Formats: sequence, C-alpha cells, structure tokens
Amino acid sequence: MFLFASFILSLAFVMALGLYLRARPILAIRPLKTLLFSSLWQPLQGEFGLASFIAGTLWVTAIAIIIAVPLSILTAIYLSEYAHRRIREFLKPVVDLLAGISPVIYGVWGIIAIVPLVRDYLMPFLSERFSFFPFKSDNYTGYSAITGGIVLAVMVFPIIISIVEEVMRTVPFEIREASQALGATKWQTIKHAVLKKALPGIVAAVILGLSRAFGETMAVLMVAGCALHGFPRSIFDTAYPLPALIANTYGEMMSIPLYDAAILLAALILLIVTTCFNMIAWGILLRIEQREM
Amino acid sequence: MNWRKVEENIFRGLMLLSTVIVVGSLAFILVIIFLKGLPALSLNMLIQTPKGGYYLGKEGGILNAILGSLVLGIGATLLALLVSLPIVFYLNIYLPKTSKFAQVVRFFFDVLWGIPSIVYGAFGFTVMIFFGLRASLLAGTVTVALFILPMMSRGMDEVLKMVPFELKETSYALGSTRLETALKVILRQAFPGILTAILVAFGRGISDAASVLFTASFTDSLPSSPLKPVATLPLAIFFQLATPFPEVQQRGYASAFVLTVIVLLISVISRIISRKFTKHVVK
Amino acid sequence: MSKPHIQVRDLSISYGDHQALKNVTVDIPERQITAIIGPSGCGKTTLVKSFNRLIDLQEGVKVSGQILVDGEDIYNPGVDVTLLRKKMGLLSQRPQALPMSIYDNVAYGPRIHGLRNKKELDYIVETRLKESSLWNEVKDRLHSPASRLSIGQQQRLCLARGLAVNPEIILGDEPTSALDPISAERIEQRFLELKDKYTIVLVTHVLRQAKRLADYVIFLYLGELVEHGPAEVIFKSPQDHRTKAYIEGTFIEEVKIRKTFLYQEV
Repeated sequence: MFLFASFILSLAFVMALGLYLRARPILAIRPLKTLLFSSLWQPLQGEFGLASFIAGTLWVTAIAIIIAVPLSILTAIYLSEYAHRRIREFLKPVVDLLAGISPVIYGVWGIIAIVPLVRDYLMPFLSERFSFFPFKSDNYTGYSAITGGIVLAVMVFPIIISIVEEVMRTVPFEIREASQALGATKWQTIKHAVLKKALPGIVAAVILGLSRAFGETMAVLMVAGCALHGFPRSIFDTAYPLPALIANTYGEMMSIPLYDAAILLAALILLIVTTCFNMIAWGILLRIEQREM
Repeated sequence: MNWRKVEENIFRGLMLLSTVIVVGSLAFILVIIFLKGLPALSLNMLIQTPKGGYYLGKEGGILNAILGSLVLGIGATLLALLVSLPIVFYLNIYLPKTSKFAQVVRFFFDVLWGIPSIVYGAFGFTVMIFFGLRASLLAGTVTVALFILPMMSRGMDEVLKMVPFELKETSYALGSTRLETALKVILRQAFPGILTAILVAFGRGISDAASVLFTASFTDSLPSSPLKPVATLPLAIFFQLATPFPEVQQRGYASAFVLTVIVLLISVISRIISRKFTKHVVK
Repeated sequence: MSKPHIQVRDLSISYGDHQALKNVTVDIPERQITAIIGPSGCGKTTLVKSFNRLIDLQEGVKVSGQILVDGEDIYNPGVDVTLLRKKMGLLSQRPQALPMSIYDNVAYGPRIHGLRNKKELDYIVETRLKESSLWNEVKDRLHSPASRLSIGQQQRLCLARGLAVNPEIILGDEPTSALDPISAERIEQRFLELKDKYTIVLVTHVLRQAKRLADYVIFLYLGELVEHGPAEVIFKSPQDHRTKAYIEGTFIEEVKIRKTFLYQEV
C-alpha cells in the first residue's frame, strides 16, 4: 500500500526524467538559451529555436486570462454572496458542465462560431480603428491568437469559478456580520473585508486557470492558426503555442534527426512550468484549508 | 450616501452580466453543436466503419471511433480504478486523519491533476520508444489511465473524507476487522460519490485527444487487438474537420454531436445515481 | 424613567420553523445600561440583533411587530439600513477583527461612510482607542495586523471600531463571555464610563455582571418577555415566579421539571 502511494509521488519525477532523457541529445548540442530564445525554427537544418512557440503560448494564455479572470471572479462572487440558494444550486452544476466538455468540442465550437466572429467583426473593426500594437495585423483568416484566447477563456471559467466560490465560503460569516454592523453595504463588505481574506485563494485559482490555459492542446490547435511564419505581434496574428507544436509534429518527429529531442524538450518545459504553477497554487490552497481547521 | 448605492448597483449589474456570459457560453456551445451536428447525423454514420476514401468524401461511418473510444475509455477507467481505490482507502482508513504522509500524497495528486494531457501523451510516447513498442490500444489505455488517475483519486478521496467518523468507529466497535469495515459500511455510504468520481473521470478520459494522439494513433478498423492502434472519437472529429471537403466536415460536426451527447449522458446519469442513492446515506 | 430610545411593540421573530421571539413589548431607556437576561437560547441575541436589523442577514427570517428607534419604525420601506446600523455599535460574543491592520479596523467605519481626510481619521483612531483603553498597548504598532492581538485586546478593538462611527446606542451580545476576568473587567469599566453618552443594551447570562452594571433589566424566557423594570426592583423584589427562580438560581430545577412534564404530555 505504501508502495502504491509512493508510486504516485514519484510519477511526476519519473515523467520529468523520462522526457529529459529523451531531450538530452539536443541539449548537448545547443545551449538552453538558444533553444528558448531563438525564433529560428528550421528542423531540416537542425535549428530548433522555440521562442515563437513560447511567445504563441504566452499570447494565447494572456488573452485567455485577461478575459476569464474578471468574468469568473464576478460570477463566483455573485454565486456565493448574492444568488438565492435555489439559483446557486441550479447554476453550480451548469458551470461545472463547462469543465466536462471535450477540448475537441471547444475547438469545433471555435471554428463554427468564434473564427467567423473574429474574421468578420472583431478583426476589421479593431484593426482599422487602432492600427498599432497589439491590434495591427495582416491576418484576415480569423484563425488567430485572440480566437484561441477566447475559446481558452471559456475552458478556464469553471476552474476559476469553482475555486473562488469555495474559497469565499471559507470566509467566516462573522466578518460579513461585523462589517455590515458598522453600516457597510453588501458590496463594500465584499470589496474591503471578504475579498481581502479570500485573496490568496483567488490568486491560487487564477494560477490554476493559467496552468490549464498553458497546457491546453486540441482546442487551441484548431483555432489559433498554427502557422510557422514567425513571431506573433498582434492579437490577430496567428499563434502557434507549444502544445500545438508537440501535437502537430507527431508524424514527422522520428524522421528528422534531433526533431524528437526538440519536441520532447518542449514537452518537458510544459511539464516543469505547469508543475511549478500547480505546486504554488495548491500550496496556497492547502494553507487556507489548514487555517480553517 | 447616494454613491454607495450606485456603486452597489453597478457591481450587481456587472456580476449578473458576467454570470449570464458564463452560462450563456455553455448554452452557446451546446446549441451550436446541436444545430450543426444533429442534421448531419445519419444512422449509417453510427453503424459503419470508414470505407476507403472516407476522408475524401466517400462512404462510411465512425463506428471505429465510437467503439474505440468506449473500449479505451472503459479500460483506462478500470485500470485507474484498480490503482486509485486501494490508495484512497489506505489514505482514509488506515492512516490517521492528521497523517503528514496523507497530506503529501493528496498534494501530489492535486499537482498531477493539473498536468496537461499532451505531457502525458509525450511521456507515454517516450516509454513506447524506449521499449520499441508501437502505438496501440494498450499504450493508449495506460496513458489515459495515468492521465485520469489524479482526478479520480481526488474525487473519491473527497467523498471518503466526508464519511462521518462515527460510522467508521461503530464498525470497529462491532468487532469487524479493518478490511471488512472498509468494504461494507463505508462503501455503501460513499458509493454515489465514488461512482460520480469514476464517471467524471471516464468522461474526461474519452474526451481527450492529446493523450491518445501519440500513443493510440488512429485506424479505420474496429478495435481488434490490444497491440494494434485504435480509433478515438476526439481524433476522428479532428481529422474529419481537417479535410477540405464540406461533406466530411459536416460529418465531423455530427461526430462532435455524438461525443457531446455521450458526455452529457454521463453527467446526467451520474447526477441521477447520486440522488437516487443518497436515500441510503447516513448524514 | 427617562425617555425611551428604542421602543419595541409586539415584536415576533421566527427563523424558519423556530419562533425566537413572541409578542415582545418593551422600552429601552436612553443613556442607561439595560441588561437582557435569561437562560440560553431564549431569544436574547435575536432581540438585540433586531435593533440594528442584523437579523436580516439570516435566511428565512420573518419579522412582525414594530421596532421604533427615536420614534421611527426601522422596518419602514424608506429606511436606509446602513444609516440605522451606523447609529448602533455591536460587540459580539467572539470578537471578530477585520482582516486588516489595527488602524484600518478602527478607521473602517468612518471610511466606508465617506471620510477620507487622513488627519481626521488619525484623530478618530486615537480618540476611540483611548476610549476603549487600548491605545497605550497598540500605539506603536497601529499598522500591524489586528489578528495578532490577544482576544481581550481584540474585543476592546471592536469597541473602538464600533465607537468610531459615532453611534448613539451600543449593543453587546455577551461581550465578555469569551474573555479572561481581567479583560472582562476592563470592558465592564468602559461600559460604566460610556453610559453617560450612549444608550447601552447588554445581553448577559452572568447574573453578577447584570447586577454590577444594569440600570434597567429585561428578563426573557423562551422568546417571551417575562418581566422588565429598574434593576433594583427586579433584583430585590421580582414579581414573576420565573424571574424569582432565575435570579435565585433555582431556575434549572424548574426548567427540568417543566421539560419532563412537557415530554410526558407529548
């Protein structure tokens, strides 16, 4: 039994080790700095600069977080502080349903609904009015970073909402009572007293949402464009995030020397980044739980 | 005093708007899938495998993917169950409530839960290469099992944590050994929750594409041997949508509809079972 | 008797199925200490928390009857609840410091009502902390978290916090029951000093405390108003036998006997 449990503990390390071993060949040839910061990606010539893919991931993730965080927090506050019990009991499972929908379905929805939205409305409207960073672009296909960001945002909603809502429930009722006894309105109480106490938990929720957005493969692959031509400089440029790169090169990986090492290095980077994020976030949540006891 | 009321009302409005957007997105997604997918669905699609040239517009269906997903999904769920159940019981029955080891294990499960499926897929791939294996149903099953293991364990763990301590104590007092206690009393009490956790994990397992992309590959035939590649619904959807032929894309939408229906069914079934079995549960 | 500050008329309050108060009619005199006494769970807290409509925060509360503060019915539709609450400071049984510094705790009230001027806030914080006899202990660490204070200090902080909004009435729900004897005594001292300027209503289940502090006494039993009057009258010559039994300490026997009878009847 003890062995079983220890197996779990070591799983993360085993995965990291496995990926590292496979990625070693390329680390032996190129310094890590070049791999991470160069955007020269010519596998046939042995050039594996991951910078544009990392940038693609950052663009898409940033857009997703900017959209998702305010909407999720406001929704979570509404659900935990304002909604009648029956409304809350109805809406909570509905929000959780968003988490159960397959990433591929999100991709399909993105293609059907969001790509035309960006292509026909958002892109022309914004790119003409504000022809500067971060809006200026010459990609009129609708498959772009912002499309990926919007789809990702919806995928991230349920994660942030459920954790924030739970954290707000741990804030003792007496604090709300004390604040309102002094004559504060409900919103003032939330803004100045409740949210302060819930802040670490909210941060943890956002980190977990970030981590999810970082690693999502399928949905983003289908709508973000994934074109190999360089660095995204606008929300309307195509983006080629790291997970999508890994998924797309499945077929060719073994045929070009060092290609597989580079791709698995990318996977290793994903593993390390998401694991770090998750450890920080769950560390915060664990401390909150302990304080409660 | 006025500005406080105004502030309160502004934020109330914003909160309602956000909630509407969030819930509306879900509705939006479901409506689109239904509207685009249902009309394109035909009986043939469900009962046939892809014939030659399916992806170029010719005859066939997605039976290979439907059955493949089901077989892989059930296999992965059972495998994950085999590993999680003992661990979760160990954490909750044998170890004291304040055990540090339990805390550490739970923490690691939570962290593992957030690791992207593509990483699991890539790892599975490395192992396959190391052993010189090729993509297969077995490889895919093991990879997906690893992927859903953390969420299944944490789901069951949460349920078992809530089983009232008195229930466990009463069992000891009645003289049963620890194993008997575990299996009889607590299982019945926690059954709905455990079932829900299993179903949710199954749903996630069959929905994911990135973990099976490398490890199970794809095929046009029905699942036949554990050592051969197998088709999965998510990948079938993806491949159909990737073609330039509108008829095939339509079928892609229909396949998306099928997958969505399966996942929704799982959700509904697990809720019904939860509610039905809560009658037997002691509070 | 001096002018009534709060007038309760035929007040009945229930939470869901549970009837907490039944047809209570009583006046709370101005600028005196009124003690509400009675066995646990008999509606004392509900009565006190109804004065500042804090019971509104609970789900499923039904209120009938009238509560008049300075002659105005507090449940009138036009009443601004936040202003009503500003008139009253509440000390709860377990002091709940807000998650901020000592300074911010005391300044919280004035700030949410719109006061921004730093000099004025500084003045208020200092004055009220002195009034609650906490100033000397915290003047060097005003900006450290309030959660680090001892429980006795936190209760005094809550007193300062409540006073900072310039209330007219101070409500106390067993404010010293969680404190050690020394801290309790300090709070009691403050009440005696404050009663010149404020109307004070205290819930207590410690008879000795009521005897020490009260000018006026209200005895509640099972949600009903049994007896009320000036302290000397109630303590020396109570009219109702239940009051007499409670004050003399023979109440528990009575309750036990009544309860057995009730169960037998049912």
